Amino acid sequence: MAARTDIRRYMGFGALTALCLTVLYVPLIVVAVYSFNASRSITAWGGFSTHWYVDVFVGPEAPIFRAAAWNSISIAFLASTAATVIAVAAAVAMVRGGRFRGRQTSFAIISLPLMVPEIVIAVATLIFFTTIGVRTGYGTILIAHITFCIPFAYLPISARLQGIEDTYELAARDLYATRWQAFRLILLPLMMPGVISGWLLAFIISLDDFIITNFVKGAGMETLPTAIFGSVKQGIKPNIMAISTLMLAVSVIFVTLSYLINRIGQKAR
Amino acid sequence: MGLVQTEKLGNCGSLQREAVGIKRVVKCYGSFEALKGVSLSIADNEFFTLLGPSGCGKTTLLRSIAGFEDVTEGEIALYGLDIAALPPEQRPVNTVFQQYALFPHMSVRENVAFGLRMKGVAQAERQARAAEMLEMVHLSEFGDRLPSQLSGGQQQRVALARALAPRPRVLLLDEPLSALDLKLRQAMRVELKQLQETTGITFVFVTHDQEEALAMSDRIAVMSAGEVQQVGDPRTIYEAPVNRFVAEFIGETNVLPVTVSDVSAGRARVALAGCRDLIAQAPEDLSPGAHHVSIRPERLSLADGGEADLTARVERVVYLGTDLQLLACLPNGASLTVRLQNTARTSLPLQGQELGFQIEEGAVRLLVD
Ligand SMILES: Nc1ncnc2c1ncn2[C@@H]1O[C@H](COP(=O)(O)OP(=O)(O)OP(=O)(O)O)[C@@H](O)[C@H]1O
Ligand SMILES: [Mg+2]
Repeated sequence: MAARTDIRRYMGFGALTALCLTVLYVPLIVVAVYSFNASRSITAWGGFSTHWYVDVFVGPEAPIFRAAAWNSISIAFLASTAATVIAVAAAVAMVRGGRFRGRQTSFAIISLPLMVPEIVIAVATLIFFTTIGVRTGYGTILIAHITFCIPFAYLPISARLQGIEDTYELAARDLYATRWQAFRLILLPLMMPGVISGWLLAFIISLDDFIITNFVKGAGMETLPTAIFGSVKQGIKPNIMAISTLMLAVSVIFVTLSYLINRIGQKAR
Repeated sequence: MGLVQTEKLGNCGSLQREAVGIKRVVKCYGSFEALKGVSLSIADNEFFTLLGPSGCGKTTLLRSIAGFEDVTEGEIALYGLDIAALPPEQRPVNTVFQQYALFPHMSVRENVAFGLRMKGVAQAERQARAAEMLEMVHLSEFGDRLPSQLSGGQQQRVALARALAPRPRVLLLDEPLSALDLKLRQAMRVELKQLQETTGITFVFVTHDQEEALAMSDRIAVMSAGEVQQVGDPRTIYEAPVNRFVAEFIGETNVLPVTVSDVSAGRARVALAGCRDLIAQAPEDLSPGAHHVSIRPERLSLADGGEADLTARVERVVYLGTDLQLLACLPNGASLTVRLQNTARTSLPLQGQELGFQIEEGAVRLLVD
């Protein structure tokens, strides 16, 4: 067998890698570092301080951020939960349902939000809400979030389900469990790592969504990303860097959790 | 023990109740017929084995009885009750799966108690029965472990205990021993058979291992390509195979081409090229002409100076410990396998030696193709 080509030997591999990593991560690092800047400047270092983190919670903009954070977190929680329930049902139908009519179409519909440009969904959703005469606000954000969170919850759940043999459910049915009992007592616990992983992913996706939220939020309603955007329009202050760093930390924790839970689940099998 | 013990009635077919009645069952996957009109009558309290090569439809038949497959045509009755319309959870039948399918997130005890829990048996009784089952399969100390913390043989026994705990009328076992090593498999054969006898539950056992089938079964159904070839007790299947497939599939045999001259009362005179004429057991409706006979290797013995029925040249001698296997060549070029007991008096035959063999009375059987 010929030795596989090692891409590390291509010319310029090192430089290209360095460039990509720089573009991706240096801004994040700068934001994180300057969130601890003592001075008000966003470019000149004035010594270490956690002053801006305090400002986020008690400063002049704190009430706005607090309300926005509450909206963001509650919407993310509700949307990811609803999306996960729908995704579990969809995954069971797609993976266990055999070859039913419209299977391909269903799959396409589930994964559509991953492929359609977000701005298109945003505009379409807004048009939809205004056409049917729903007032935009918390409810419309929630509905929009549930919709685009479904595919993110679906992917890890269906991947997990595909790895579970159907003999467990058959064994349960054989031992006098109804369909529903076989699902609740056997399949769902076995799927759980995928379900949790999907939920965490959906939560993060919902938490940091900006474009769609901005279109369907209505006046006076803010989530953290829209509140940050609103604040930045009046000039970037270091408190924005602090709040961004906090969100970054939450995201990293959730994504890591999602990954770890999936890994543990795979080992336990 | 606590289980209902039914007295074994032996083999008097007409007196026994029918546990599973399968009538002309056809199962199609698309245009492929996995079962081509299978009819079987499995008696109450019987250890019944479905035996056949890979892909002959054994699992399909078992799954149809359990309710995991809808049959395309035909009827399946359980103690006289048509169960075709019942979902698996309403059939008083439990299955031991080939890969055991123990619930990995439940302890051994919870696994065993699962069926009872689903049937709504009260907690206390459930626990008592699970403990009793675990004791029966010698796993009392392992109740709190997870299935993944057990060896293959132990998992196997948990699967058995789990399937027996709800006291099914019929237990279905799909090659439950195939994942075990030889020693364990042989031990489990005895254990399974004893379990069947003490519980009095009808066992329907699937295997493609003919030795296993012969060792454990009250009756065997030999299947091939979606059809039942023969049903009978192990001795009948081995000694009186109805056709060539059964003769060749069960045990080792010599199938030799012969010419049949006259047939009467289940006997036929057959001519084997290069030998004197032999008398063979024959089916009633056999017509004279070219046919095959089956002679089991162990039914041949050395003539040792007496009158020989056959002569053959030894090509190879295989030393098997308890037995000697001779691979020999008949004058017409057909090969012949002979098994001799390795007793102290046996001197090893030599390669290339011409030897005379005697055939035991009734050991030549004519086969329908
Ligand atoms: N779901 C299915 N779709 C199509 N064909 C199938 C399906 N299940 C089984 N078959 C076919 O039906 C035939 C019988 O299968 P079955 O599993 O009953 O065989 P088996 O006798 O149990 O074999 P083995 O000893 O290998 O387990 C096989 O040829 C198989 O390919
Ligand atoms: Mg099989």
